[in-house]
Amino acid sequence: MGNTSSMLTQYDIEEVEEHCNNTFSQQEIVSLYQRFCQLDRNSGGFISADEFLSVPEFAVNPLSQRLFRMVDGLNFKEFVAFLSAFSSRATLQHKVEFIFKVYDFDGNGKVAFSDLLDVLRDLTGQFISEQQRELVLTHVLEEAGYKKDSLLVLSDFMKILGNTGLKMEVEVPVD
Amino acid sequence: MYGQQSKKEVRFLLPQEGEKKMSKLSTSSSELDLDRPNIEDYLPTDSIHQPHTKLRLRDLLDISPTLTEAAGAIVDDSFTRCFKSNPPEPWNWNIYLFPLWCLGVVVRYGILFPGRVLILTIGWIIFLSCYIPVHVLLKGHDKLRKRLERALVELICSFFVASWTGVVKYHGPRPCARPKQVFVANHTSMIDFIVLEQMTAFAVIMQKHPGWVGLLQSTILESVGCIWFNRSESKDREIVARKLREHVEGTDNNPLLIFPEGTCVNNNYTVMFKKGAFELGATVCPIAIKQSFTTHLLQLMTSWAVVCDVWYLEPQNMKPGETAIEFAERVRSIISVRAGLKMVPWDGYLKYSRPSPKHRERKQQSFAESVLRRLEEK
Repeated sequence: MGNTSSMLTQYDIEEVEEHCNNTFSQQEIVSLYQRFCQLDRNSGGFISADEFLSVPEFAVNPLSQRLFRMVDGLNFKEFVAFLSAFSSRATLQHKVEFIFKVYDFDGNGKVAFSDLLDVLRDLTGQFISEQQRELVLTHVLEEAGYKKDSLLVLSDFMKILGNTGLKMEVEVPVD
Repeated sequence: MYGQQSKKEVRFLLPQEGEKKMSKLSTSSSELDLDRPNIEDYLPTDSIHQPHTKLRLRDLLDISPTLTEAAGAIVDDSFTRCFKSNPPEPWNWNIYLFPLWCLGVVVRYGILFPGRVLILTIGWIIFLSCYIPVHVLLKGHDKLRKRLERALVELICSFFVASWTGVVKYHGPRPCARPKQVFVANHTSMIDFIVLEQMTAFAVIMQKHPGWVGLLQSTILESVGCIWFNRSESKDREIVARKLREHVEGTDNNPLLIFPEGTCVNNNYTVMFKKGAFELGATVCPIAIKQSFTTHLLQLMTSWAVVCDVWYLEPQNMKPGETAIEFAERVRSIISVRAGLKMVPWDGYLKYSRPSPKHRERKQQSFAESVLRRLEEK
């Protein structure tokens, strides 16, 4: 334990910095590396689903299952790229893209009614009936000018979320 | 203090094409969870703020608060911090310190370490040469045998502590053996146990280990009256609870020491206390332990000294109307404050298993209620 940045060379840090489009500073990347090593218990070079689940605050999150798929088996460079959407330096476009990816489960660039329903189910669990969920979704979709069988693409998401003042930031602890 | 979730019903009216549809929010099933304290009391209070405006598509699409929480947990979380060992502070090397440090290494590894091993070896020889005859020959004279064995266990522990040049400061009245009394302490490593045991021969409750540790457990520790448990067996809990009660009520037994965290936690935090020790109907005497040095045995033996503070705190009784879990948390807070440790809401056993779905359900319920409420807004 107690991994220091001596495992990560300056060259590595710069490569990661470039890969995430400078959304994290070098100091933050070093901190993230320490965190990555802490989570990667068996030092396999990537964090498995099991290791993510061992963080209780993550495991109790309603969207953890969806995020798993995006985060399973990431190496450090990809881990930083994944988290870059949560940096204060990330653009709004980047953040909306991230949200879109969470919805677009099969990665085909289109979000259908069923995808919206799935996420709403994750967020509300047993506390709203399935029928009610469909009603609520249909209602707000129609109000926004879409139909139940509309397929939403990234530009739709940008339009809907673009001017909401999205707050999606996480602070990387730097000792 | 611990909030009660009352059964809620929310009427949901959605006028559609002239028809009125009425649906009910499924009644919340989370009554006061008697098994866990209210985690919301500990988690960061900047919970997802739900505005009260009319529900729009963007409100459902905007999952950023939940995502932010997940990302926050990935980047840093209070649970993993509990088990992180602190890396040693780097020294500032310069021309004066380096030779001194080299000398220090020579002394520590060349003189102190062998010296300590020697002390320990002597201690073991004395212990075994007294313990075995006492155990075998005095089989018939139980009272005398027990007293001698107790003294010998305290002796070997003192040898251990001496071998680390342990400087232990005890504060407060020494524990005495009285019935209907149980001692609880925070747990960092085996060192806590040894430090406490050298002052008073406690009976402990421990996880049964295989191998030579198990042998030590079943012979020597048996003499002070230990209770075994097995973490992986679920039925085990009832058996152990019964054994604990029997021990506490017995008049001739050694005072019982329990580490309610259930696992080793680094010396900066306390995890949630298991309620087992607190529902025996006995007085609970808290003990707080704070070490200022590393807990790794080899580093210990080659370092200068172990400085440790032990506080024997005022005995506590369950207040009327208090549940076992509230009592456990109250005692945990007393110990944490005394030893300067931070309290976290996690169950030490999460190290071995997954969190209960109740936490997630609480979040889901709160979001669901907000959605339905906002749908009714005009």
